[in-house]
Amino acid sequence: MERSVLKHTGLLVFVAFMIYPLVWMVVSAFKPPEQILTEPGIIPSDLTFENFKDGWHALNRPFSVFFVNSLIVTLASIAGNLFSCSLTAYALARLQFRMRKVYFAITLASVMLPFHVLVIPQYIFFSQLGLVNTYWPLLIPKFLATDAFFVFLMVQFIRTLPRELDRAAWIDGAGPFLTFWYVVLPLMRPALVTTTIFTFIWTWNDFFVPLIYLTRTQAFTVPVALNSMVDSETQSGVGMLFAMSLLSLVPILIFFAVAQKYLIRGIATTGLK
Amino acid sequence: MTSRSKFYLNRQGRAAHVFLIPWQLGFLLITAVPLLASLYLAFTNYDILNPPEWTGLENFQRMIHDDQFWASVRVTLIYVLVSVPLQLAFALLLALILDRGLSGLAFYRSAFYLPSLLGSSVAIAILWREIFGDDGLINKGLALIGIHGESWLQNPRTALATLIVLNVWTFGSPMVIFLAGLRQIPDELYEAARVDGAGVWRQFTHVTVPLLTPIIFFNLILQTIGAFQTFTQAHIVSGGTGGPANSTLFYTLYVYQQGFVAFDMGYASALAWVLMVAIAVVTALHFLVSKYWVFYGDS
Repeated sequence: MERSVLKHTGLLVFVAFMIYPLVWMVVSAFKPPEQILTEPGIIPSDLTFENFKDGWHALNRPFSVFFVNSLIVTLASIAGNLFSCSLTAYALARLQFRMRKVYFAITLASVMLPFHVLVIPQYIFFSQLGLVNTYWPLLIPKFLATDAFFVFLMVQFIRTLPRELDRAAWIDGAGPFLTFWYVVLPLMRPALVTTTIFTFIWTWNDFFVPLIYLTRTQAFTVPVALNSMVDSETQSGVGMLFAMSLLSLVPILIFFAVAQKYLIRGIATTGLK
Repeated sequence: MTSRSKFYLNRQGRAAHVFLIPWQLGFLLITAVPLLASLYLAFTNYDILNPPEWTGLENFQRMIHDDQFWASVRVTLIYVLVSVPLQLAFALLLALILDRGLSGLAFYRSAFYLPSLLGSSVAIAILWREIFGDDGLINKGLALIGIHGESWLQNPRTALATLIVLNVWTFGSPMVIFLAGLRQIPDELYEAARVDGAGVWRQFTHVTVPLLTPIIFFNLILQTIGAFQTFTQAHIVSGGTGGPANSTLFYTLYVYQQGFVAFDMGYASALAWVLMVAIAVVTALHFLVSKYWVFYGDS
């Protein structure tokens, strides 16, 4: 009994230590700017919404523009991954064709491929098509099943489904397309949910790709907008930075609260972050 | 094979090609062609405005004499070698503490996992800047106990350490994977070990550790590949410069500077290929060495 009390005390102290930076960020966002760096405590003496008001208009477009941009990119990326990865995974997991093993091996290997080795030709390609400062360079890859992690996740999931279900549908005269749509896809729901959650988090947080392609303020996603606030940071800007940083994490925190079960299961089975 | 099943196989083959249209296009246009194109560009001088000019091995010779290149290699290697083992050690330790029959597991797991979820965001990198800034949280805390803190981010000897701390802070996701792995170890094995007179320590070294080695290996590969490609945190904390004195010039940040700031895309391609080969070699080495320490139940 005493041992477990000791264990819990130790763990709780460690949790507090781990979470303290996040709490500090939340509290600082509501502090008057001049108090943030002078008072390290987490109990503010004055509360204010000034940081949010100022931060919202810190760049030459309001943050509502960046949030809408991020939302468009994120939702379209989710649609792209669900569409392209589920089609690919079904073919790799269930259909017999000559190149199957080769394709699956390529998919696995591409998980390890660093993005930097592809990005320069991709950039040249998209810029020659005049697509810089549009969202197409961010979205087209998602519709072409290039997030190999999710293909792999779905293949593994489909393999756990009983094959008798497919066979029954085939005997009833349904071809591969109807079988996919009416039998396999509905059963894949957990894998689709996991893909949705991780695509949301990764796309929402993604910085490198939007940084390269989005150079006009109007087109910025939230992380790129935050980056350009950092560039123009002044002492009075710290509060605004905290406020906007905090807001940028709110959608992820909401997802965390709602979909925790799927998140934990998702990483436990596939090793996604 | 009957003609009927042959018909189905052909039908499946045709269907597969329809299902795989997006993947095949993606493989060709987003992966294979760019991969070969960047290999070609690695041997050219290319500034995107003028056509690429073949320069042979010049880009690679330039690396040998490029101090920034070596600085970025050094920074990245230190980061990988220090932060990945530390992060996995925390992950394993906490997973072991949380594993058997502790109440409140769900709460602790969530609390420790939260930093992993947020860690790669620009927002957290900004937070780190403020935590380790001259007047940041750390120095205010140190001042309370009478210590005058460093200027962590301005000092080339400590700037990288702040990013290592950030990576260790995100130990939650490997921890969750370890927890799942620990669950897979059958209780019978512990019982058998106990019957044979093994104490807690021997159970740990003779049951837990061997059966967990595949998971340790998996986490090691995953985190190593990820650590090699760290970009966001370094970019935000150093304002894109990799400073002070190149002490946070991560390899990918240097590739970005060469490719998208200096628009020296030939050199950047050569750098990117070196990174890819390095990751491939390190991963292959991991797999080779794994034969000697990873235990798979069936062998």
